[in-house]
Amino acid sequence: MTTIASILLDGIAYGMILFMISVGLSVTMGLMRVVNLAHGGFAMLGGAFTHWAMVNAGLPFPVAALGGIAAVVILSVPMERVLYRPIYKMGELPQVLATIGMTFLMIAAVNLWLGSSLLAIKLPALMQGSVNLGFRTLPTQRLYVLGAGLLVIGGLFLLIERTRFGINLRAAVDNPATAACLGIDTGRVFATTFALGAGLAALGGILGAELLPIDAYYPLRYMVLFLTVVAVGGLGSITGSFAAAILLGILDTAARYLVPDAGTIFFYLAMILILGIRPKGLLGRH
Amino acid sequence: MRDITGFALMVLAAIVTFYAFPYSLAFTTRVVIMMIFVLSIDLIQGYTGIATLGQAAMYGSGAYAAGLFAVHVSQAPLLGLAVGALAGGGIAFVSSLVLMRAEGLTQLMLTIAVAEVLREVANKFSAFTGGSDGLSGISPAPILGIWDFDFVGKVGYIYAVAVLLAVMVFLKVLTSSPFGLALQGIKDSPARMRAIGTPVMRRRIAAYTISGVIAGIAGALAAQSTALVSLSVYDFQLSAEAIIMLILGGTGRLWGALIGTAIFMSVHEVAASVDPFNWLFIIGALVLAVVYAVPQGLLGLPAELRRLVRRPQ
Amino acid sequence: MTGVATGKGLEVRGLNKSFGGLVVARDISLRLAPGDRKALIGPNGAGKSTFTNLITGVLQPSSGTLTFDGRDIRPLSEAGRVKAGIARTFQITNLFKTMTVRDNLRLPILERLGRTARGFRRADRDAAVEAEVDALLTQFRLADMGGRVVSQLAYGQQRLVEMAMALALKPRVLILDEPAAGVPSSESPLIAEAIAALPQDLAVLIIEHDMNLVFKVANRIIVLVAGAILTEGTPAEISADPRVRDLYLGAHHG
Repeated sequence: MTTIASILLDGIAYGMILFMISVGLSVTMGLMRVVNLAHGGFAMLGGAFTHWAMVNAGLPFPVAALGGIAAVVILSVPMERVLYRPIYKMGELPQVLATIGMTFLMIAAVNLWLGSSLLAIKLPALMQGSVNLGFRTLPTQRLYVLGAGLLVIGGLFLLIERTRFGINLRAAVDNPATAACLGIDTGRVFATTFALGAGLAALGGILGAELLPIDAYYPLRYMVLFLTVVAVGGLGSITGSFAAAILLGILDTAARYLVPDAGTIFFYLAMILILGIRPKGLLGRH
Repeated sequence: MRDITGFALMVLAAIVTFYAFPYSLAFTTRVVIMMIFVLSIDLIQGYTGIATLGQAAMYGSGAYAAGLFAVHVSQAPLLGLAVGALAGGGIAFVSSLVLMRAEGLTQLMLTIAVAEVLREVANKFSAFTGGSDGLSGISPAPILGIWDFDFVGKVGYIYAVAVLLAVMVFLKVLTSSPFGLALQGIKDSPARMRAIGTPVMRRRIAAYTISGVIAGIAGALAAQSTALVSLSVYDFQLSAEAIIMLILGGTGRLWGALIGTAIFMSVHEVAASVDPFNWLFIIGALVLAVVYAVPQGLLGLPAELRRLVRRPQ
Repeated sequence: MTGVATGKGLEVRGLNKSFGGLVVARDISLRLAPGDRKALIGPNGAGKSTFTNLITGVLQPSSGTLTFDGRDIRPLSEAGRVKAGIARTFQITNLFKTMTVRDNLRLPILERLGRTARGFRRADRDAAVEAEVDALLTQFRLADMGGRVVSQLAYGQQRLVEMAMALALKPRVLILDEPAAGVPSSESPLIAEAIAALPQDLAVLIIEHDMNLVFKVANRIIVLVAGAILTEGTPAEISADPRVRDLYLGAHHG
């Protein structure tokens, strides 16, 4: 019983991290029909900026983290404009190639800047330690992750359902050509969504550093993980990404608890099973 | 005629390489094996339009099958190749039953997942495969009982080149056959192929299986030439880099696969030895330059240049 | 009555198709016998494309029968129905766009001969196949275009390739899905000529918007409205029918 509770708690926390990092990827991939393998780079850059700001500039964690997220958002705007726009209209293959190339450049840049070692992010005292839940202790950091994840999904819900931007975004995901005819500036919707997605990835990268440690090779190491969440959830579906992230998070955690030496095999078998039955993902349009 | 010229140039390049870099035969052999692997991807990606980032599944299975066969049954190299081919083809056939039902990103992700599952399986059966230490004990017997593998790697290089030539001839014949034309038809328009009565799914499965056979042969060759098989044969990076090489040279033309592999691996080798820490900058920049400047790959470069020259008129 | 059909040709009886609550085909019955030149007309959204898809096997009917020479073809796949003798063209040109015109014609011929599983011998060196390609090129006045990549052809010519590909299958029933769609009116006579030159014993169903073309080539016209057949008759009867005028012709000729 307590094992199940533990698996659920840890799995959901892990799922929240996966969700924060992957949701932007899912929306941009659904929106622009672009296969983007470089998205994990934004999570890494967020972590790298935060690490640097804390270690070299001595800033406290909240300031460094916000600065890291802001830096990633600012960086993502020219990247979208210069590097991504030309590939939206290309085939899948050139997109794979271009975004792998960008991933290489991000890795090389961080490697040159901060080296290839682990870029630890030391949490403030407030987030360290653990809480006693009766049946086990839970690292306080997990609580923050859970809270942040809930805030993100709530915020996204409000943004998508209640704002002008949300209406435009939904229209553009449904049918970009029609949206453009209706006078929606799809280019701007793309750019905003891209920046938002990058910022969320940075947030996920920073908060998830405990589970997915930050170093230069992060984008390559976790590339498949993030893409899996997107594919299983269904391209362009925020709810789908959330469901997939939580499901895969719990599944992977359960496998670690129950069959510790099984590695990632269950994770991938589950993915083959789900995509074999539903090729468009859990909540993809059929 | 053009093909004959192509093959002549290919043999010439192999001979020149042999004499020009006598101390780098281990590297040049790796390049030749990689060419076979990239060709296997060109058949499905370039000719049939199947998206893949998991060709390592078949390469790795070919490598392990050939390695295990050598350790436990026979060290005869050609038999080992056959076993590798069988393993690659078998894995491809079975996985294609699921893979060919999907498309786009889902297909890409499923190909990756197959390779990852196989890696975990190989890791689990470490008593058999050597797990993360790798499988050792491969020491190929003389080819056909005549040519013994030497320390410098001369025989190994010639052996690999011979296999590459055979694969290349096979693929040339296959791609210009009615079956090859049907594959290109499937790439252009699966709906039209169905409307002319082609069982599209069966053709795709056949293409994927043949491609798996070739990838398995590449894996088996790698196992024999390095006398070691490690879990890295299933690496995502291997599949991804092979795709880069293919697009770099140009897809759907076979020769592009050879040129792209030669250039990518040479640049990689030089860049990594000049600056082992920052070579990813060079590779990344090279990759982006190809996508933005010559989307048709280097084989498309002459046509692109001609277009540029003609434009003013 | 949905008893066993005995007649020659394609027989559709009581065909229904719905997606959820949306009915897109309602009790459609029609017959296509050898030599028929029938046209299916109707306003946008009448269910013409759905009907094509039901006959060719892209979609499965919710109820009703489909027989070809008395044989139930519902269990047959898309490819199976082509082998049985039912061929189609596409409303939006659907060619092998990176290939030459010759290759576009070779593929259906090779497929008809059951050769596309053959991985040896060049696809372009079989004298009988090449002769057939030449004959099709001549028939559709494309003799000079054989070596061109299809995407370089004028649109009207692409429509001709579209038809030649279907004819290369030597079908007994041919469904032409808006053969003149997107063709400038100057090139439209070419399409009419090509249809007139189709083999006499072939059963042809033309789905078309262009009334001039329909009246030129069809001897029976079926009017489809909201998924159901409104009426069927000769071109003269149809053009005299006030309901058709109101519903369709009126909307078009204003």
